[in-house]
Amino acid sequence: MKICCLVKEVPDAAVQKRIDPETKRLDRSGENTLNQFDTHGIEAAMQIREGGVVDVEEIVAVTMGPGSAQRALHKAVALGADRSVHLSDDVLAGSDVCATGYALAKVLEGESPDLVLLGQQSDDGECYTIGAVVADHLRMPSLTQVIKMDVADGKLTCERQAEYGYDTVEVRLPAVISVGDAINEPRYPSLKAIMGAKKKPLDTKAAGEVGIESGKVGEAGSRTQVLAINPPPEKEPGEIIEDEDTNETVEKIVAWLEERKLI
Amino acid sequence: MAVTAPTTLPAGNYLDPDSLLNDEERLIRDTVREFVADRILPEVGTWFEEGTLPAGLAGELGALGVLGMHLEGYGCAGTSAVAYGAACMELEAGDSGIRSLVSVQGSLAMFAIHRWGSEEQKQQWLPPMAAGEAIGCFGLTEPDSGSDPGSMRTRARRDGDDWILNGQKMWITNGSLAAVAVVWARTDEGVRGFLVPSGTPGFTTQDIHHKLSLRASVTSELLLEDVRLPASAMLPEATSLRGPLSCLNEARYGIAWGAAGAARACLEAALAYGLEREQFGRPIASFQIQQQKLAEMTLEVSRATLIAHQLGRLKDEGRLRPEQVSLGKLGNVDAALRVARTARQVLGANGITLEYPVIRHMNNLESVVTYEGTADVHALVVGQAVTGIEAFR
Repeated sequence: MKICCLVKEVPDAAVQKRIDPETKRLDRSGENTLNQFDTHGIEAAMQIREGGVVDVEEIVAVTMGPGSAQRALHKAVALGADRSVHLSDDVLAGSDVCATGYALAKVLEGESPDLVLLGQQSDDGECYTIGAVVADHLRMPSLTQVIKMDVADGKLTCERQAEYGYDTVEVRLPAVISVGDAINEPRYPSLKAIMGAKKKPLDTKAAGEVGIESGKVGEAGSRTQVLAINPPPEKEPGEIIEDEDTNETVEKIVAWLEERKLI
Repeated sequence: MAVTAPTTLPAGNYLDPDSLLNDEERLIRDTVREFVADRILPEVGTWFEEGTLPAGLAGELGALGVLGMHLEGYGCAGTSAVAYGAACMELEAGDSGIRSLVSVQGSLAMFAIHRWGSEEQKQQWLPPMAAGEAIGCFGLTEPDSGSDPGSMRTRARRDGDDWILNGQKMWITNGSLAAVAVVWARTDEGVRGFLVPSGTPGFTTQDIHHKLSLRASVTSELLLEDVRLPASAMLPEATSLRGPLSCLNEARYGIAWGAAGAARACLEAALAYGLEREQFGRPIASFQIQQQKLAEMTLEVSRATLIAHQLGRLKDEGRLRPEQVSLGKLGNVDAALRVARTARQVLGANGITLEYPVIRHMNNLESVVTYEGTADVHALVVGQAVTGIEAFR
């Protein structure tokens, strides 16, 4: 079995995020790191390999991004992937979700994976949709927010988190599965693995090498356009009820809840 | 999400020393930082209060790969000195006791075997020590021999092919946890090092209690009474005090980084508290007198961090001199103590509880300032280095 893990380089959580008012894109000049949500996908791949039910020959980390995105791939291989593929090309800059999904699907076509895993969302764009777009291009079944996965006989039995409970769904492989962060607790990359990461193969591919049509990617190939960006409205401050007399406090809280028809 | 440039600078990374790390060092630093946030910070206050360390912690540190991380081969990661320093910084931002465990294991016990041991000794001890399955300790200091290790009384004499050790070692971190003790003893051939496995007849340990500092760390006394060791237990390559002093130099290097980490943790705690705590109707961080403290603490942390980085670069280039390590250890631990004491005042009464990290760091640093060479002795080393005149003999 061959598993491809889609990963993304995102701004470090500690970095104050900023939108460039000119390009209306996220300023990515600060410290970046591997999207935390994608580490759950890699961990899921490692657990399938270590589970021993199927033989996992290869785990391949795949990303699309500028040169700096290689750092995310180094972390991905430090976490257990065997090699990585970096799709990097100036024509890809400014791609929206659909264009990015198309481009990643073109890379995956060349890899012919039995299973594609990714985190349910990215820490920056938070679109939640890239898995579905990739699956559509690859004509593979897709599941999102999967929090349990059992593999056997060319199929997967997945539990996915739904609004009111869990769906149990069986899919035939190959499939694209985006996993929720409740699926596992990603391991720490060991320092030895970090030191060995640069020795694992990393292929850098240009758009043309994987058959990407330049008209379908980048700003020009994207069908969405960001017109304006505004900070969210400031939340009104909450009401603090001082607990001087507990009976009175309870009455006040109950009245507040009743007023809003919450109880 | 802001649409304009950020208006504040992070106090703990004010001059952006993070940019001095290469990608690999950065990933190692981030990984250790995450481990400390997940595994150390939520519990270390309790460990400190109870004077305990969880039994599985060494194994977790071994799995992470920090034990002997800067050594080559034998199951060690073989990182740069800067990466090792950055890891010490994060560990000590957690607690000096945890960093001490890692320093003693990697820089004292493992380094001694790696640098001065035989191939058989390396094969036997280093892989399980890197994995955290075997803990090591380092016995140089004695009750009556601290800054002047040349005055040690522990003796080893030959008996046929064997060695017989007698003596006492004091203030030994990891002492009773250790599967192997690196013990330094006077012999007719000069100071030699011996690997003493736990359970060797005549070798016992006794923990030192009632400490008010480094409480999340085991400190012991080693007692050696007619301990018989085979010739193969001796470290063949170390023939003088240069042996143990080389190990201490390694550990002090890590301390220079670690102290900057403890200082950063205190600064960040003080800043967060100052912004949160309101008096006279506004956050106390808005008062000039607190801003003065925060500015000075930011300066101390920035300076200490940059000193640590420069020591690291010199070490990676093979140019670091022990006298330079002395400057780093002296300056950074002193700075960390100043920051901790200032931070503790910013926190007012809350500064003395284990709910906040500050008093724990402050108390720990009172040990760090005197162990591995007291601040006074390091000042004398620096004094000698700049004047060419030795003042302590």
